[in-house]
Amino acid sequence: MRLGFSAEEEAFRAECAAWLKGQMAGEFADIRGITNLVDKAERRREWEQQLARHGWSCIGWPKAWGGRDATLTEQVIFAEEYARAGAPNRINHIGVELAGPTILAFGTEEQKQRFLPGIAAGTSIWCQGYSEPGAGSDLAAVRTKARLEDGEWIVDGQKIWTSLAQFSDWIFVVARSEPGTKGPKGLTFLMMELDQPGIEIRPIRQINGEAEFNETFFTEARCPAESLIGAPGEGWKIAMGLLAFERGVSTLAQQMQFRNELDAIIAAARANGAAADPLIRQRIAEAEIGLRLMRYGALRMLSGGEGGATGGAALTYKIQWSTWRRSLGELAMDVLGQAGELATGEDYVFPMLPNLFLYARADTIYGGTNQIQRNIIAERGLGLPREPRGDI
Amino acid sequence: MEFALTDEQQMIAETAQAFFGERAASEATREAMERGGFDRPLWTGFCTEMGLAGLALPEAHGGAGLGMIELACVAEAAGAQVAAIPLPGLAMTSAALLAGGSEEQKAEWLPRLAEGSVVPACAAEFVRDGSGDLLSGEGRFVAYGAHADLLLLLGQANAWIVDPGAPGVEIETFLTMDQTRPLAALKLAGVKADRLADGAAARAAALRAGWITLAAEALGGAQAAIDRTVAYSLERKQFGRAIGSFQAYKHRLADRVVDIEQARSAVYWAACALDEGSDEAAIAVHAAKSFAADTFFRCASDMIQLHGGIGFTWEHDAHLFFKRARAIQSALGSGAWHREQVASLVLGEAA
Repeated sequence: MRLGFSAEEEAFRAECAAWLKGQMAGEFADIRGITNLVDKAERRREWEQQLARHGWSCIGWPKAWGGRDATLTEQVIFAEEYARAGAPNRINHIGVELAGPTILAFGTEEQKQRFLPGIAAGTSIWCQGYSEPGAGSDLAAVRTKARLEDGEWIVDGQKIWTSLAQFSDWIFVVARSEPGTKGPKGLTFLMMELDQPGIEIRPIRQINGEAEFNETFFTEARCPAESLIGAPGEGWKIAMGLLAFERGVSTLAQQMQFRNELDAIIAAARANGAAADPLIRQRIAEAEIGLRLMRYGALRMLSGGEGGATGGAALTYKIQWSTWRRSLGELAMDVLGQAGELATGEDYVFPMLPNLFLYARADTIYGGTNQIQRNIIAERGLGLPREPRGDI
Repeated sequence: MEFALTDEQQMIAETAQAFFGERAASEATREAMERGGFDRPLWTGFCTEMGLAGLALPEAHGGAGLGMIELACVAEAAGAQVAAIPLPGLAMTSAALLAGGSEEQKAEWLPRLAEGSVVPACAAEFVRDGSGDLLSGEGRFVAYGAHADLLLLLGQANAWIVDPGAPGVEIETFLTMDQTRPLAALKLAGVKADRLADGAAARAAALRAGWITLAAEALGGAQAAIDRTVAYSLERKQFGRAIGSFQAYKHRLADRVVDIEQARSAVYWAACALDEGSDEAAIAVHAAKSFAADTFFRCASDMIQLHGGIGFTWEHDAHLFFKRARAIQSALGSGAWHREQVASLVLGEAA
């Protein structure tokens, strides 16, 4: 057991850091520090392509498909340095981290040839169509329909919380292809082009005033018959396989952002005198401890001990960081006092810390609410009986 | 990236778990509670059969040459059984001598600690009265003070080794809430004491070792409290179903698992940071002690609540965990004190 990284790993870190720092100080300085999903989308698309030109767009992929065959540790190091350099939120993270790995794992050779080069090059941007108004925590309750007709899939229905849809070229959709089926059976995993008459995207305004998410409506939307991954009816299996790719690597990078947020609170507390308040000091200490424990929890998870990516630390990570960040937002408001109530200008836009306070309310919901996370911990981690299912 | 136990460390952990699981079961611990709170057969087995007392001492002094990580593995296993032996005292005495003892002092005491021929105890807040060659003063809340053959006294700038049988040493023992960790008060009047060469280094090392040992015991206790509660919840039926199938019950347990996973990160981060001499150790030891102790208390509290009435009985073991958890919270600095140390490191000293 050791805390740090090997000399070889540190050398790789230096290489990543040097290149990223150079980019963020030079040609792409204008998009440095963008942490939301919506700002300067065009420039972030160019940034994806710049990453690709220098071999940094999908380092965990096989070399044959534009990656570097990077180890898990190298991916973690790159993600950390990416965040440390202030490089912007990846506009194609769903393409690189979800769509690509799914096509690599489950796609045909033709599908790989067709889709992977565009994702690797940063020229095709992806979003995901899972959740629906009636399929949130109960993700398998999908009602969007797909039918095969004259060599085409025809899709009707509605997806929701499709972040990045307004900037994307492609969407992967889980749709019910076998009428009369319920739950995880009878679903098919389709890849669809967004730019077509049958698809309409409407932004959803959030409590912080921004609109990162969308509703996506499908009205006789079309894609060729061969656009499915796996077989018809296997969509759930593919979708669950895809969720497994979401874990791990990005967590340490996310913590870099959390570090910046906590540092901003510490700076604010020093500036306005709150740092002398014993109760605030206790809470800042708790936040500091929580952040450090997040790091070592993630390292434990990625080091593969105790059940590895499926062990206790992996099951609890989502609830751990989301709860921590929600408390951080509350701490920020207590440190700022009434100054935290003020918007930056005439628009309903807030500075980083008050915005964090609002945004953190989503953290404990998306990707599986904390209540669902507790069910998962109790059922998969502790082996307690599953929740009884109603008549679905 | 290797933040996981090595095969060897895993083996030590499993060996310790098997030993304490077999030898420190409820009956043995309860028997010890009736006899003053020291499980002497367990201690003898720990030192002589298992040879674990010198785990973290150098081989030159008769130890195994391992570090805080291995010690934490052992303390975690002991904590899981609420074992009634002076592990924190052993860890503190060993660390103090190692960091602050002269070569002669190390040569005199460390081999005895390693072979387990002395029972050590530590007074972490010894208040000296007067000065001179002979030592007078008081130390309160000394775990196993009445059972010790070797006393380590930590003052603000000095540390001493004292023979509890020496003339002028008066030891008063108390019946304590946690009967597996009896506390004593020491009064010294003109006692011949062996002052350690570097008292400040001895104090710092002793406290760090004590915090990590307590944190690791707390981690083991927390995990055991939840494991036992899960087992009970699968057996116990109400309303025609296992109580562990109710969401109110599951979610409470899930929250404790979230705490335990963080406590585990805290303990091994702190142990690893100390072994590596990392700068992070300064924050890590306070994080580990406060977080693991609070986690244990929440787990043990929930153990009682989630067992219902049986959890409130003397017969059930829940109270052993609950009382040990509370004792660990109070020992060697409260959670609030440790968090203030973290705040000072992050924000600077309090005004």
